Amino acid sequence: MDDDLLQQAENWSRAGRAVAIATVVETWGSAPRPVGSHLVIDENGHFLGSVSGGCVEGEVVSEALDVISSATPKMLEFGVADETAWRVGLSCGGRIKVYVEKLIS
Amino acid sequence: MKLELLHAMNVERGARRAAVLVTDLASGAQRLVKADQIANDDLGEDLEKALQSGKSGMIERRGTSVFVQVQVPPVRLVVLGAVHISQALAPLAWLTGFDMMVIDPRTAFATPERFPDIKIVAQWPDVALPEIGGLDRYTAMIAVTHDPKIDDPGLIAALKADCFYIGALGSRKTHAKRLERLQAAGFGEADAARIHAPIGLDIGAVSPEEIAVSILGEMILALRKKPLRQPSVSA
Repeated sequence: MDDDLLQQAENWSRAGRAVAIATVVETWGSAPRPVGSHLVIDENGHFLGSVSGGCVEGEVVSEALDVISSATPKMLEFGVADETAWRVGLSCGGRIKVYVEKLIS
Repeated sequence: MKLELLHAMNVERGARRAAVLVTDLASGAQRLVKADQIANDDLGEDLEKALQSGKSGMIERRGTSVFVQVQVPPVRLVVLGAVHISQALAPLAWLTGFDMMVIDPRTAFATPERFPDIKIVAQWPDVALPEIGGLDRYTAMIAVTHDPKIDDPGLIAALKADCFYIGALGSRKTHAKRLERLQAAGFGEADAARIHAPIGLDIGAVSPEEIAVSILGEMILALRKKPLRQPSVSA
């Protein structure tokens, strides 16, 4: 499934959409999606794939919009100890690190 | 990430070749290392290990963190035999992400009505296998026709291609005879041991659907519990 996502990211970019790719780079505890999972986001907030069980995607999408406008990669961290993570609800109790980068065409 | 780099990754995946994307998380610098370039890469050993396990992850080298994204080809399931068990397998394979195709020279079995949404090749394995792009270690091959004329050439091709899972339907007695034929064809005991037969996990499956579940379970076990084999030379 994730394989199609990267093709989709390329297709979006070639169709003239600004695209960011978020990738799970590290997990601790019971993380719902394995390292290497992707979320592909466009400038309008459309997204495909997942980096968690749906708990933090909203936050990742809004950070991705920043990355799309700044073109500077960002490392995000979510976990139960984190106030933000609790708010956006990584309720499984795990911790994840997500790298967000812009696709430069 | 540069679009050209993403394109190169997509090309490798489309051609069923493994590759790794290496990202320096401090600088954002990225490079794609194709499977055949890994041996000569600075991080060769680490990358080879990552490719073997199929797992992406962080590695620390010379004080910097790099992220290694492993990209292995989509896993295929080639089913020899357009039988009832294969029909039951089709939706399960789709659900679990295996790209399934069916080969059976018997045109009464290999029909689109019996296998909607599945690639079917109504040819003998020697014609059908090249047509589907050959076999590789990211392919599972199961032989369920009960007919050695169809099953054997497929199993031999699967052994040579080092498929990560090879299964064959049939009783222990049938399998013993099959092994005799494979030995006569030049395969040793180690090769023979790579064929799962009787096929499937022993969950007491009775119906074709239950047998399909047991086969799929055994395939997932082979895929996830141990690293995919390195290509090796057999008979």
